[in-house]
Amino acid sequence: MRKDEAAPAEDEVAQALARLPELADADLVRRGRFLTVACLFGTPSAPLHVTIEAGQVVEVLRGPVLMRSWRFAYRATPEAWAAFWEPVPRPGFHDLLALTKRGAATLEGDLQPFIANLQYFKDLLALPRGSFGKPVGRAA
Amino acid sequence: MTPDFEPITGRYLRCEIAGVPHRVYVEEAGSGIPLLCLHTAGSDGRQWRHLLNDEEVTRHFRVIAFDMPYHGKSNPPETWQGEEYRLTTKSYTDTIRAVSGALGLDRPVVMGCSIGGRIVLNLAIDHAAEFRALVGLEAADFQQPWYDTTWLHRPDVHGGEACAALVSGLIAPGGPDAARRETLWHYMQGGPGIFKGDLYFYRVDGDLRPRIGAIDTAICPLFLLTGEYDFSCSPDDTIRTAQSIAGAEVTVMERLGHFPMSENPAQFRSYILPVLEKIRHLEGETR
Repeated sequence: MRKDEAAPAEDEVAQALARLPELADADLVRRGRFLTVACLFGTPSAPLHVTIEAGQVVEVLRGPVLMRSWRFAYRATPEAWAAFWEPVPRPGFHDLLALTKRGAATLEGDLQPFIANLQYFKDLLALPRGSFGKPVGRAA
Repeated sequence: MTPDFEPITGRYLRCEIAGVPHRVYVEEAGSGIPLLCLHTAGSDGRQWRHLLNDEEVTRHFRVIAFDMPYHGKSNPPETWQGEEYRLTTKSYTDTIRAVSGALGLDRPVVMGCSIGGRIVLNLAIDHAAEFRALVGLEAADFQQPWYDTTWLHRPDVHGGEACAALVSGLIAPGGPDAARRETLWHYMQGGPGIFKGDLYFYRVDGDLRPRIGAIDTAICPLFLLTGEYDFSCSPDDTIRTAQSIAGAEVTVMERLGHFPMSENPAQFRSYILPVLEKIRHLEGETR
C-alpha cells in the first residue's frame, strides 16, 4: 500500500477477487484441469467462497454463507492484498507464502489441494496485480 | 562448419566421499584461481552456467560447479539401497572437501548459494585455512522455517511441481522470464525426496548460531550477498549473521531473490564481479 493512501477497504479486496473468473486465461484453466475444490479467499473477517471446477473459477460468493463447507482458506489483511497486487510488489509482499511468513496472511484447513496446485493458486490470486484499486469496465 | 560449443566442459569425477565411491558430475571453464560453486538445495550445477560462460570471470578464475550426489547428473552412490536421503553438516562438508581434494585444488574460493551459503559458513568455522576466500549467497547461520517440508515428498502431491511452486516466490519479480522458468525447471527435475533431504541440513542439522562467532576472517575472508526479495534467507537474516563475524562483508542485492546467479544473471554479475575482483587481489594475488 502506498503511504499516502488510506487503507483499502475489505470491499475493494472482495471486488478484486470477484473478478477472478473473467481474469483467468485459458492456460491457467488448463493447468488447473484436475482441480475441483471449494475454498475461501479474502480478508480475515469478510472472506469469499470460491468454487473451482476443472480449473475454472465458477463461483465467487460473498459471505457469510451459513454452513458452507470449504477445503482450505487463504486470508490476508486488506493492506497485504493491496501490497501483493502492486504492479511490482515490494520485498516480502510479492508472494502468498511471503505474506504467511510475515504474519500478514493465514492458511488454514486441508492444504493438500492448495499445495498440489500451488503455482495455479499463486498465479490465480495474483491476477488483480496492477489493476487493483483502479476503475474497471466501461467507466475506466 | 565449426560447432558452436560453449567454453564449459563437463566430466565425471570418480572420488570417495566418507569412504564411499561416488561418480560426481563436474563442469568447469576458465583458468586461474579455483572457484568452486555450490548449487542450492534440490537443484544442480546448471544454476552456474552464466558464471561459467562469463569471460570476465573465467579469464582469472577456474570456475567449477559440481552436482551434489543425488542431484543433476551425479547419481546416488552404488551403495544406496533406497533409504531416505538426508544431507547433514558433516556429509555436506565431507562432499565439498572430497571433491576439492579429488580435483587437486589449491586453496580454492568456495561460493555457495542457500544451503551452499550455509555450508560456506561451516567451512569458515572449521576449515578456513583450506580456502582462499568464501562467498555465501543467501547465507545465514539460521533461518525461520516457512513451510512444512513433508509436502515435498508424498504421493498425493507432484514433488517436482510442488518444489518449483514453493520456491517460485523466492525469485524477485521483474527479472527475465526465461531465467525464472529455467531456475524453476531445475527444481521440477529433482529426484523424489532430495530437496526435502537437503533441507534436513538446513532446518534440523545445520543451525550454526552457537558456533558462528568462531569465524576468523583474517584466516579466510568472507563475503555475504543476499537478494532483497529472498524471504527464506532474508537480508535481515544475513545482516544478523554478519554481526557475529568481525570482518565479514555484507551486500544486499537489489532486484534479486534466492537464486541470484540463475534468476537474473546480468543483475547478479554487477554484484559478484567486484567481489571476485577483491578476491583476485588478496594476498597480492597477481593471476
